[in-house]
Amino acid sequence: MRNAFAAEITAIAPEMDTLVLLSGDIGNRLFDKYKERCPDRFINCGVAEPNMITMAAGMAMSGLRPVAYTIASFITTRCLEQIRVDVCGHHAPVVIVGTGAGFSYAANGITHHACEDIAILRMMPGMTVVCPGDAMEVRQAIRAALRHDGPVYVRLGKKGEPVVHQTAPDLVLGRALTLRTGEDVCLLSTGNMLPTAVQIADNLAERNIAAGVVSLHTVKPLDENFLREAFSRHKLMVTLEEHSRMGGLGGAVAEWITDHDSVTARLLRIGSSDDFLHEAGGQGYARERMGLTPDAITEKIENALRRIDGAAEPAPVGSDI
Amino acid sequence: MSSDLTARRIRAKLVELSHQARTAHLGSSLSCVDILVALYSGILNIDPARPADPGRDRFILSKGHAATALYAVLAARGFFPEELLETYAKPGSPLAEHPAPACVPGVEAATGSLGHGLSLGLGFALAAKIRRERYRVFVLLSDGECNEGTVWEAAMLAPKHGLERLVAIIDFNKWQATGRSCDILALEPLKEKWEAFGWSASEVDGHDLPALSRLLKNVPDGSGKPIALIAHTVKGKGISFMEDDNNWHYRIPDAAEVSAAKAELGVA
Repeated sequence: MRNAFAAEITAIAPEMDTLVLLSGDIGNRLFDKYKERCPDRFINCGVAEPNMITMAAGMAMSGLRPVAYTIASFITTRCLEQIRVDVCGHHAPVVIVGTGAGFSYAANGITHHACEDIAILRMMPGMTVVCPGDAMEVRQAIRAALRHDGPVYVRLGKKGEPVVHQTAPDLVLGRALTLRTGEDVCLLSTGNMLPTAVQIADNLAERNIAAGVVSLHTVKPLDENFLREAFSRHKLMVTLEEHSRMGGLGGAVAEWITDHDSVTARLLRIGSSDDFLHEAGGQGYARERMGLTPDAITEKIENALRRIDGAAEPAPVGSDI
Repeated sequence: MSSDLTARRIRAKLVELSHQARTAHLGSSLSCVDILVALYSGILNIDPARPADPGRDRFILSKGHAATALYAVLAARGFFPEELLETYAKPGSPLAEHPAPACVPGVEAATGSLGHGLSLGLGFALAAKIRRERYRVFVLLSDGECNEGTVWEAAMLAPKHGLERLVAIIDFNKWQATGRSCDILALEPLKEKWEAFGWSASEVDGHDLPALSRLLKNVPDGSGKPIALIAHTVKGKGISFMEDDNNWHYRIPDAAEVSAAKAELGVA
């Protein structure tokens, strides 16, 4: 996703003279071509993320379209006040790009984990939150974010994730992308869980359970038309995110349900637990520890379906049915 | 109308507003009046009839708690009717205790949380450089505000880009909320700090209008560096019983104190 972001921003910059790329001293060599093409519109802001974000707001208020880029945990929680007051307070069209969603940089420890960012950024008034599912979606998301007249948070994974889409999807902010349909379960994936969602659907298919796969890349604003339709067609909806089960996509959908009395489908929220992971280990290990592997999630879904089929009365919304 | 008279009139207005609205930060507002008067009487390239002119100079009141000083100066300069000041801090008024985004013409940025204005100004100034525009950016900070780490993040970035049209003015009134600003953190030597960070720094009596104007006219100053003006001021300036008394960070004047202040200022 990182490389797709760099390639796309490099392609856009020459044709968009208001675009400015700000980096928090990361992306060694990643932006070499960009810098060659548009040296005046690349600024290394140093290891000083709060200043970078406020500066970006100032640039956006002056007619430029800044894209601020660094590690997801640093560009969100470290400079939350700057995002809230300067970017959102002025509704400044800043594109905030965080790389290292969830446990992408698990081996670096909790300082580099980002499992709270969706929840926190989603609360910011006027903020759009986009979590592209693969490199194809990243390219589209960046272009869409730059067309949007307001602040956007774009949450990237790392590099080398599987590409799920065969061709460039028609990504529109706030509109779900359906990759596969299936009448039993609907998997709502956001961000870098999309390849996992596809594997889970394959697993379920082997067990004669038909699962739809949807990339709900935009966590805010939610695609309400899609949700209305999907919740009426399935008995189980599953949100998948490499993020806390609280406040992220699962939280947002649960909020949406409480506003819609007619919803009868059950919601299963898959995400990380309310705990830090202090052990060494990479993303694969972290996902295993948090129950985010395709097999672990498949089992949870099967259990949930069994309970729904066996229950006389539907149980309440839950995170681990 | 001379600038001095304007400053006296504005000080009287600030005392009245604090009394009427029962809002704090009067001492902090009084300390920066002369700096604002200097900027808005001949330094800033602005036109109240065209407040969004892309080529205008920008001013950011980073010490947003001195909002009444900015409101009163903008009204005096004709950015909005002076009668609007009477709505200050009342429910529904655009004039809140800290400036809100685009609350009235002439307010460039919302402030209130310290340590943001210089970074915003840096964004304005870098945008000017990228777009090859020649406007200048003036940011007024408080001395207590220099406690904020972001001030120094911005201070390190601006010289790197040779932003000679960016000016940081420090309203150095020697106090912050709970004590002497030089006692609370190791603030001094302040001018040398800015110099060490790569700024063209000088000190000035922040109540000496001709001296302020002389320095502020000289932007850019030919050094190729951003400019820092350490303006030595007195908190509560202009009213003897408020001067250098930090109780007036939060205290609100009663009716008798308003009359006494206005008498001292020679404003009816």
